Amino acid sequence: MMQWATAAPAISAAFLGSLVEAVEALTIVLAVATVRGWRPAGLGAFAGLALLALIVIVLGPFLNLVPLFGLQLVIGILLLLFGMRWLRKAILRAASVLPHHDESRTFATETTALREQVRSREKRFDWFAGLACFKAVLLEGIEVVFIVIAVGAGRGLVGPASIGALAACALVIAIGFVLRRPLARVPENTLKFAVGVMLSAFGAFWTGEGLGVPWPGHDLAILGFAALFLTVAVIAVALIRRPMAETSS
Amino acid sequence: MKELMRAFIELVGLFVDDGWLALAIIGVVAVTALVAALAPHGPVAAGIVLLVGCLGVLFGNVMRTRHSGSVQSTRS
Repeated sequence: MMQWATAAPAISAAFLGSLVEAVEALTIVLAVATVRGWRPAGLGAFAGLALLALIVIVLGPFLNLVPLFGLQLVIGILLLLFGMRWLRKAILRAASVLPHHDESRTFATETTALREQVRSREKRFDWFAGLACFKAVLLEGIEVVFIVIAVGAGRGLVGPASIGALAACALVIAIGFVLRRPLARVPENTLKFAVGVMLSAFGAFWTGEGLGVPWPGHDLAILGFAALFLTVAVIAVALIRRPMAETSS
Repeated sequence: MKELMRAFIELVGLFVDDGWLALAIIGVVAVTALVAALAPHGPVAAGIVLLVGCLGVLFGNVMRTRHSGSVQSTRS
């Protein structure tokens, strides 16, 4: 029987990572639904989810055919690329070197673009609206699938990671339906900071495992790696932080 | 078709648009693999190389970005 201590890091990593992607997808779907109605938005989102499910069903079984070390190495490298990229941007945003990702602005941009489409292409049904939702759900969903596979595969933790990802998606959908507004209040950069730290820690761990590194403490080493990445990230933010006056100019 | 192509390009871009960072990470992993295979006490030394390398690459990248003032991709 799987122990909670083994499953919890996978669940929480998949949950946090998926939360970010789900918020991004929902922002687009809400924008489309507001301007063009829930039907095309819902259909597009549903089509995206259906294709995602197909991808998971088709590719899922092949994971068991890949040698464990090879799988760990490939997934570890992808996680490092993915996680450190997020962490880099979160550091630069926390230090005000990059502007913060603004879900309200995304929402406004999407709605403005769609209203323009309505004016200029009145008779073209809502293929555009459906496609926008389809694309958003598919792209963000693939990222969620990737996070689940990366966090869970290789150690039989795909189940717990899937639970974490599904919980995040369900939570964001529920919040979206309750609020029906952009989720700008979710502190996205804080979330990305945490996710970047966790994915980078997982990535270093899996890459090392794939190369035969005997990490001290086995899975517990991930916590140590997370602490190291967090420390370096916090120091980097402190060193490169720009004064507000400089960033606003 | 164009939309699918764009989605694919965006997906690929997740990993390559911060080119220096991605290349540096792959370089660290390559060096780690070499150390693991060739050095005495290889696996232990490889672990150190991997951790220190990744942390160094991250730190170096953000410091370089700050000092150069070059802001690359802002896609989340």
